[in-house]
Amino acid sequence: MLDHKDIVEEIKVIVFRLKDEEYGVEVNQVKSIERLEHITRVPRTPQFIKGVINMRGIVTPIVDLRRRFGIEEATYNETTRVIIVAIGEIEVGLIVDSANDVIDIPINAIEPPPEVVGGIEAVYLRGVAKLDRRLLILLNLNKVLNTDEIKQLENIEA
Amino acid sequence: MEMNQYLDMFIEESKEHIQAINDHLLVLENDPENVNLINEIFRSAHTLKGMAATMGFEDMAALTHEMENVLDQARNHKLVIDTDIMDVIFKCVDVLETMLYSIAGGGDGKEDVSHIVAALKAILKGELPVSIRQEDVSQPESASGKETAATAIAETAEDMRPYQLDEYEFTVIEQSIESGYHAYWIKTSVKDDCVLKAARAYMVYDNLESLGEIIKTTPSVEELEEEKFEKSFEIVLISKETEDKIEKTVMNVSEIEAVEVREIQPNAQHTASVQQQEEKQPAASVAPTKQPAAKGTKEEKTAAKAPVAKKSTTSKTIRVDIERLDVLMNLFSELVIDRGRLEQLARESGQSALMETVEHMSRISGDLQNIILTMRMVPVEQVFNRFPRMVRDLAKDLNKKINLEIVGADTELDRTVIDEIGDPLVHLLRNSLDHGVESAEERRAAGKPEEGLVQLKAYHSGNHVFIEVRDDGKGINREKVLKKALERGILTEQTASSLSDKQIYELLFASGLSTADQISDVSGRGVGLDVVKTKIESLGGSCSVDSNPGAGTTFLIQLPLTLSIISAMLVQVEDEKFAVPLSSIIETAVFSPDDIMHAHQQDVIDFRGRIVPLVSLKSIFNIPDSIEHKDNDISVVIVRKGDKMAGLVVDSFIGQQEIVLKSLGKYLTNVFAISGATILGDGQVALIIDCNALIK
Repeated sequence: MLDHKDIVEEIKVIVFRLKDEEYGVEVNQVKSIERLEHITRVPRTPQFIKGVINMRGIVTPIVDLRRRFGIEEATYNETTRVIIVAIGEIEVGLIVDSANDVIDIPINAIEPPPEVVGGIEAVYLRGVAKLDRRLLILLNLNKVLNTDEIKQLENIEA
Repeated sequence: MEMNQYLDMFIEESKEHIQAINDHLLVLENDPENVNLINEIFRSAHTLKGMAATMGFEDMAALTHEMENVLDQARNHKLVIDTDIMDVIFKCVDVLETMLYSIAGGGDGKEDVSHIVAALKAILKGELPVSIRQEDVSQPESASGKETAATAIAETAEDMRPYQLDEYEFTVIEQSIESGYHAYWIKTSVKDDCVLKAARAYMVYDNLESLGEIIKTTPSVEELEEEKFEKSFEIVLISKETEDKIEKTVMNVSEIEAVEVREIQPNAQHTASVQQQEEKQPAASVAPTKQPAAKGTKEEKTAAKAPVAKKSTTSKTIRVDIERLDVLMNLFSELVIDRGRLEQLARESGQSALMETVEHMSRISGDLQNIILTMRMVPVEQVFNRFPRMVRDLAKDLNKKINLEIVGADTELDRTVIDEIGDPLVHLLRNSLDHGVESAEERRAAGKPEEGLVQLKAYHSGNHVFIEVRDDGKGINREKVLKKALERGILTEQTASSLSDKQIYELLFASGLSTADQISDVSGRGVGLDVVKTKIESLGGSCSVDSNPGAGTTFLIQLPLTLSIISAMLVQVEDEKFAVPLSSIIETAVFSPDDIMHAHQQDVIDFRGRIVPLVSLKSIFNIPDSIEHKDNDISVVIVRKGDKMAGLVVDSFIGQQEIVLKSLGKYLTNVFAISGATILGDGQVALIIDCNALIK
């Protein structure tokens, strides 16, 4: 048994990659990680919404995270993954370049986000974790998946 | 005691009893002399009281107790029921309902019943009941009312449980006394220095048991054995022996300090209620039986209800949590999707043995689908049964005489639909009462009977259920509607002249149109009917209106039987597949490019003599091109929304299929012209087109 005094509070995150950066989402928000399958396009929705997929009987919307954050699009390939996340009643799949790691981060290694990291505005971020030589950007999914923004976009397009 | 497990049952049964009281009161109002009815109401109130007391809802018990007293007087002809008394009793039922909702919502069911209890007491004293509302306002009076209520509750408690006996024990005692036994309440106190209290208690118990039958001990026998009592304990004994003999028997046990023996004399009031309870017993397991009534309306209503009541006596039923049925339905939906997939695979493989098996499976799952769907069906009665009361109150407020006729209350609809149609129906009924039926004077002048008739009728037809709200009022004033519509800019003079009467009546469903000259509380500001229409359409139904000037108006609602599995036509546009609900399709047709005409920068076709605008799904949904070669002919799905039509241009028809409705989830809301999604046989998602949004 470990001595409890030495244990710093940690969070477990799923690490994924977008362009050159590494990002993290908390494991308890992630339902599963899937390979990219056929997406049914949903017309008249914002560009970052790629469509919907059949996730074991549940119709799940898919968001392209690159587009969501305004990073240039890349063609999907073998490593492309869909991370299915659940925030409250919302269940959404996030398309990422790759996802292949689960790590524990000590809470005290998380720093508040700078204004812009990897082209992403600070509102969408929970913080930045410095681990040895890695820099992990933690997403604030509540903000990333805020439906108000979709409505605003719809209004602008309309 | 752990009451939670009984709470649901309590709530369900209380609802039934309150509904029964409501129903019977309405009949009673027309037939105040009917003792049978009063008896029925009394029984329901009495059962409610018993249940509420057992569950510890004291306010509820106190109120029903007072109600019972009034009813008791009425059935013994000591009190004549008049409208004032009816109003007070109706108010009681309302309060009871409020309490029940509070309990069902996890509350404690506490309500201030003081003023209403005071009103009931006033009736008992032969005083004219003070208007309840008035008393609500005047503070000092209600304060004194509270006091009365407090005593009332105290009295109730004492009256109900002089020896903390429940109804069952009362019955036993009552019967014993009838057959010549005595019932005794015996309080035994052990000495302070008594060492083996439990043993002494046991000896007392044992000795008493030799004299007769012990029907109750306080604390319970188990607690006595475990010595869980302070100094004294109480026993209720039924015996032929005298008080003296019993006292001596107890005192024979050593270390007993004192014994107090009292003979129990159930008071007359209680004897009566217990008898009532007895009579009630055989019927208790059955749904409250309806009282046959003389009036036409009620006959209809009874006739409608009778088969339901009968069914529940003859067939065995179990209560199933509605959530489990939902889960079952969801699981079955998965199966339907796999069925589609299997059918496709079997066709592709071309193996006849496999195809046969799959076909057989499809048939069975079809039967299964029917059974599951019917399991979720509930009679519209659930919604209808609150209307008689509502109509009564409303008619009173409006000072109109109205007879509500309910037909086909046993018509069944999917539960999800039932949950949603209550409000639209309330709107329509209120509308009929307020705008439809005239005042008694107007009706007299028009040579009609003073009492207006509002009919609420439900019936099956094909895959739909129809609900009709018909009144025999003045009908819709065509000119008035037209004038309003022009004023509000809903239509232009030009179009107005070309409209048929029916089309003009349909304008009532347009938003921002109310023809009542004065805005009333009852039917609001013309926000009602368009809301009704939107609601019904969101359920996949439709509504229409027709009217005969001077003879009345009929609103017709058409609803699908179920919402979860629908028939749809699958179509393909470029590489994308869409489902169009069969309910909105008139037919499919193929036109040659030469058939297309242009009018007002719009492609139109001539479809059976009507000019139908074409809607290109490709351009509306921005569907990207595919390389596939297409022939020149144009495939069109003709869809309708009310009287309007449109032709959806697609590339090809895939075929008709049963599809399972799925929502797009909480993230994607309000997607234009898409009402949901479904999963196809190949596991891909197809979007369901909302034709209503595409027809302007």
